[in-house]
Amino acid sequence: MDTKGTLVLFALIATHAIVACLTPAISRFLGTRTFFLLALPPAATAAFLLSQSGRILSGGTWVERTPWIESLGIELSLDMGLVQWVLALVVSVIGVLVLLYCRWYFDDRMPNLSSGVLLAFAGAMLGLVTADDLVVMFVFWELTTIFSYLLIGHDPTRRANRGAASTAMIVTTAGGLTMLLGIIAIGHEAGTFSLSAILAGPPTSTLAGAGALMMLVGALTKSALIPFHFWLPGAMAAPTPISAYLHAAAMVKAGVYLVAVLAPAFSSVPHWRPAVLILGASTMVVGGWRALRQTDLKLLLAYGTVSQLGFMVLLVGMGTKAGALAGLGMVIAHALFKSTLFMIVGIIDHSAGTRDLRKLNGVVFRAPVLAALGGLAALSMAGMPPLIGFITKEAAFEAMVFLITGDQYGVTPLAGMLLAAALVFGSAITVAYSLRWWWGAFAPKDGAPVLDWHAPALGMTAIPAGLGVASLVGGFLGHPLTELLRPYSETLPLGKESHGFALWHGFTAPLAMSAIALISGIALFVFRSDIARIQATFPEQTSMEEMFHRSMKLLDRLAVETTGRVQRGSLPVYLGTILVTFTILSLSALMDVRFWPRVMWFSSLAEVAVCALIVAAALAATKSRGRVRGVLLTGATGYGLAILFMMWGAPDLALTQLLVETVSLLVFVLVIRKLPRYFTNRPLSSSRWWRVLLAMAVGTTVTLIALIAAGARKHTPVSDAWYVATYEFGFGHNVVNVALVDTRAWDTFGEITVLVIAATGVASLIFLQTRAGELTSTDDALRAQNRERQSDSSPAVWLRAGQTMSPIARSLMFEVVTRVLFWLLILISVFLLLAGHNAPGGGFAGGLVAGLALVLRYMSAGRHELDDAVPFDAGRLLGSGLLLAIGTAIAPVFFGGKIFQSYDVHLNLPGPDTVALFGREFAFLGDLHLVTSTLFDIGVYIVVLGTVLDLVRSLGSGIDVHQLHDVAPTPIHDSTKALPARGRRR
Amino acid sequence: MTADLTIAITAGVLVACGVYLILERSLTRILLGVIIASNGVNLLFLVASGEPGRPPLSNLWGADAIADPLPQAMVLTAIVITMAVTAFVLALAYRSFQLGGHDEVADDVEDARIRALAEADEQSDSYEDSTFSDTGEDSVSE
Repeated sequence: MDTKGTLVLFALIATHAIVACLTPAISRFLGTRTFFLLALPPAATAAFLLSQSGRILSGGTWVERTPWIESLGIELSLDMGLVQWVLALVVSVIGVLVLLYCRWYFDDRMPNLSSGVLLAFAGAMLGLVTADDLVVMFVFWELTTIFSYLLIGHDPTRRANRGAASTAMIVTTAGGLTMLLGIIAIGHEAGTFSLSAILAGPPTSTLAGAGALMMLVGALTKSALIPFHFWLPGAMAAPTPISAYLHAAAMVKAGVYLVAVLAPAFSSVPHWRPAVLILGASTMVVGGWRALRQTDLKLLLAYGTVSQLGFMVLLVGMGTKAGALAGLGMVIAHALFKSTLFMIVGIIDHSAGTRDLRKLNGVVFRAPVLAALGGLAALSMAGMPPLIGFITKEAAFEAMVFLITGDQYGVTPLAGMLLAAALVFGSAITVAYSLRWWWGAFAPKDGAPVLDWHAPALGMTAIPAGLGVASLVGGFLGHPLTELLRPYSETLPLGKESHGFALWHGFTAPLAMSAIALISGIALFVFRSDIARIQATFPEQTSMEEMFHRSMKLLDRLAVETTGRVQRGSLPVYLGTILVTFTILSLSALMDVRFWPRVMWFSSLAEVAVCALIVAAALAATKSRGRVRGVLLTGATGYGLAILFMMWGAPDLALTQLLVETVSLLVFVLVIRKLPRYFTNRPLSSSRWWRVLLAMAVGTTVTLIALIAAGARKHTPVSDAWYVATYEFGFGHNVVNVALVDTRAWDTFGEITVLVIAATGVASLIFLQTRAGELTSTDDALRAQNRERQSDSSPAVWLRAGQTMSPIARSLMFEVVTRVLFWLLILISVFLLLAGHNAPGGGFAGGLVAGLALVLRYMSAGRHELDDAVPFDAGRLLGSGLLLAIGTAIAPVFFGGKIFQSYDVHLNLPGPDTVALFGREFAFLGDLHLVTSTLFDIGVYIVVLGTVLDLVRSLGSGIDVHQLHDVAPTPIHDSTKALPARGRRR
Repeated sequence: MTADLTIAITAGVLVACGVYLILERSLTRILLGVIIASNGVNLLFLVASGEPGRPPLSNLWGADAIADPLPQAMVLTAIVITMAVTAFVLALAYRSFQLGGHDEVADDVEDARIRALAEADEQSDSYEDSTFSDTGEDSVSE
């Protein structure tokens, strides 16, 4: 049926998630009563599901679709048919009950994280059982894994919780990833990820078969079948209500669900049936066998769950009509009785303070109602009439009888007999551990201590009571249950129709099997001490769990060995490795080049001269022992580069390079004035020749790459179109500047973000605890020195801070030059910013010039002058610049444009267009062409200015203050060493 | 397209000098190496942009006369980023000096510890032997 456009289920899932996120906030007011609220989303889900029962029971489906990743053919789609509806109902109803039960279980200690995660889990589970797109299902599948991990590890301070959580996580995720491979394989073969489409026309190729088997592996891990069963008992580290929900009623059923929906299409895939039958039967027997020797009631139930899961997977996986019907019936029955049993264990634990059956004595007398309920659920688990467990087990045995009598050709009669025997034996054990559970929980025992018991809350008992009674009522509802599930069993291609669920079918083979199982189960329980002796004589086996832990240990050892070998911890070794790899890979690629690049020696003699200077400076820089010399020589290579840029027709580059080089040089000077004059002498001579060799190899490689890459180029540059586009779309003539603020504005935006981060990083390394140092104006400083206010203290007067410095550090010349240059530089910076759109310049160059003006003031009159000049934190400049840039990026969207789109405006100012000065015409007023991307450039300008200011504040003022407080070492004159600081280091 | 040999060789020499310095221990020298190597890489863009041309200003020169603007835009970004890196590494060098009296990059202590573990054939610290058995003795359930 078409339900396109409505997204009720998605909304419900989202509600689960939202309420889950709000849990901590709500619980502050409501405490554990929050659970009443948390039960609402699953309750709403259950109500919705019931409202759809008419549609579903008449064979319809509920479909929700909305596009997601269209390029991969993945869509957010849910398709709820009968099986999905039944499981969703189980998940939501049990979810409501468990959440209500939690309200009493947790008393007054509201577990914020766990309760939120529990609700989120319920939502994920709902998505998992209704998802139609396999990829979407996988997402929900892994979400349940993660939530389960969080819930098992709810108390990370306990080693057992950590271990159990990570084991569960690793095992189920390994299965989940295998499943993902299977999903991709099947999706590839079928051409769609839609489960309903795949089931309608299953792909038959070998790859699809392998995919189905891989999905089966995922199901087996999730449902804790052998050999992956060991994580489930460990998962009992979670609080009991959570175990009841996740590890009995809901999550572990995900595997059963997956097998159930895949079986109609894939049960005849080679290896599917043997795997399901053998693993299912052995899980049933082994799980039950282990449950028999547990003394912890909850662990006993956990192994019982493992056993029952094996049974259910076997039934739904074997691919016959009768098996499918019985299996799905078991799912419902198991959810009813197992969650009851878990909740009762929770009550006993709560009231008696122990779950150890050796310590529980005579609970039946203290809580007779509870004992009756427990008996009801335990008998349902044992398969005793007239409970729901009986009628489903009958149907299961019938399916086995069909199998033996040749229901389908995949299983030989002998194999069928063997399987039936295993199941009867498994059922007998089930009877035995059911009895053991009830006996352990409630019966009076000799020699056990007297129990300290307090009565449980009424509501806490009411919930398992409801579920327990449902087990009883369910036993009499065999016919409606059959009618409900029959449409699903008919989708299976093989086998005879089941006789359905009923308390009485006449004297049949299944009844005999039930009787044998019951009688031998009771015998197993009565002679339990003898059985225990026999169990003890069994030879010790290496369990799967042990093997898992060994492999984890091996993995860890492997990681340690690899890390120890690879991670040498030496920066030169790492860099050397990278560079050697670079050289070898590049050279081997160059080996394959089959042409000589077209090469010219040089394009002008001036270029050769500049290059010679650059090379000389670089070589000298490598040899310099003093810091200042090294920095100056490095700077020389940069200035040389600026000249080359100029010669190449790149005035923007030349300008920026010049300014950046100057700022870098000044920043260098600010820092290395406090570092020792010479680099430390280190015994590096042994490795020097290696380093020279590597350096030459890398340099040669770079030269070769440059020549060949440039020589091999034959296509026209992509930037050819820019010439015209620059003016048409960017409204400017300077192609490079328009590229920065319009064509490739995203790059620039990323870049100014980097500037903000770097500036913040520098400030943090100096000021450590705060973003910025304390600002102290000249007036503050003078007051601190107990000096009179100076006569020149009117606000308009600037460059007064020199008075706070030692006369030795002052330079009259410098101060005069600063007075002349400062405003000139600011003017130039604004000119560069505004002219940049049509002529060399722009926000970067402008911002750097303005920054240099500030550096000048700092250099001539110290840090107080800087604080006078900019009496606020540089972070404000950085932030507002970035905000302005973001604003101009986004603003066009509100006017119907695209992000970073530019607009232009022509203003006609009244007045003369030109003025004549010194015999030349200069543009004056008239047509004014404004472009919005200039605003973005202003943002860049402010960020760059803020960055330079931050650098001077940190590396200039900040280091000054360090020296003042003596919190940095003092270099010894003409040495490589420094005296330690005496001040208290922060 | 014809490649300019002088520029290519100059770029190679700059990268080589940079690499030599980067393999040092002193952070200041490493930084000088990074700057020199960056300059070398920026020069490579000149090789890539072909022969010299007129500044890419569309109101002054024709489309055929101007130099390729794309490498210029990229280098401009690179130059400014280099400045940010320079300042940051300098602050690191200063901090290292403030704490230890020198600006040298020492070998990682943690890595040495892992090597010791590897030689002793032991597990990492994060490894936990967290077995839970079904005997009920060290049960994990709560």
